[in-house]
Amino acid sequence: MNPQLESLPLWASLPITLLLLLGSAIVLIGALGLVRLPHFFQRIHGPAITITLGTGSILIASMIYFSALQSRLVIHELLITVFVMLTAPVVAMLLMRTAVYRDLRARDRRPIVSANKSKTTTEVYPFSSKEEP
Amino acid sequence: MTLRWLPSPALSGALLIMWLLLNQSIAPAQMLLGSVLAIAAPLLARPLRPLAPAPLRKPLVLARLLFMSMIEIVRSCFNVSRIILFNAKGVQSQFIQVPLDLKDPYGLALLSCLINSTPGTVWVEQLPDSNDLALHVFDLHDEQWWIDTIKTRYEQPLIEIFEHE
Repeated sequence: MNPQLESLPLWASLPITLLLLLGSAIVLIGALGLVRLPHFFQRIHGPAITITLGTGSILIASMIYFSALQSRLVIHELLITVFVMLTAPVVAMLLMRTAVYRDLRARDRRPIVSANKSKTTTEVYPFSSKEEP
Repeated sequence: MTLRWLPSPALSGALLIMWLLLNQSIAPAQMLLGSVLAIAAPLLARPLRPLAPAPLRKPLVLARLLFMSMIEIVRSCFNVSRIILFNAKGVQSQFIQVPLDLKDPYGLALLSCLINSTPGTVWVEQLPDSNDLALHVFDLHDEQWWIDTIKTRYEQPLIEIFEHE
């Protein structure tokens, strides 16, 4: 047992524990989403909760922990938040556009399949986003 | 206020704060190093930015928009978690098309980042030949509700911030 942990006051250890539990539960659910969701376009939403609420609560817990332990304001974790919030949306958009491009190319190679799907005229993209191709 | 050697004061300020946070110190030496970085980096990176820096107008509207998005992100997190845990096979995911009025590149960039940060929605692209946005929604029940939400909650403030004369 880390001796530093025992010197932590209750007002700090309680929110830290709750935030860590919430954060790790969210990260686990996000990873579970990658396993359970059937289609790529759905799986892309799984990591989104990991990077927002998951990292968010773990980083807040880290800020409280080190601030309480060292009796000074430790907030450089904010930078991680900023960098994640700047980069993750761009990555999600790139992955999404790549997948859409791939499916459009696949449809162009197999024109018979798209002829069967003529009933779905209201769809934005002319390929099925329901089941794995 | 745009000086020749300080093209975007807000960016320089952010860089200085980043430097001080990284070093966890406000010693004068770090302030000096950070200021050099904050002034030199925007000047060196200027050829990489084809557009002029957007002036920071309506900070109150921007703050309200960011705060509201944060609440929306937390709310969506729990919604998406619930669906992954209990209804992973039956979820109605779909692409929808949202007509946009926003034209400003900075506004569109911020809109895409906000939409992509919110779990359950991913921006795909602006469809060619129109200003429509293709959006993938994780759990779609009412297409019109999503279109209205994006247009009133996100797009209106952004138009106010970036396109207001």
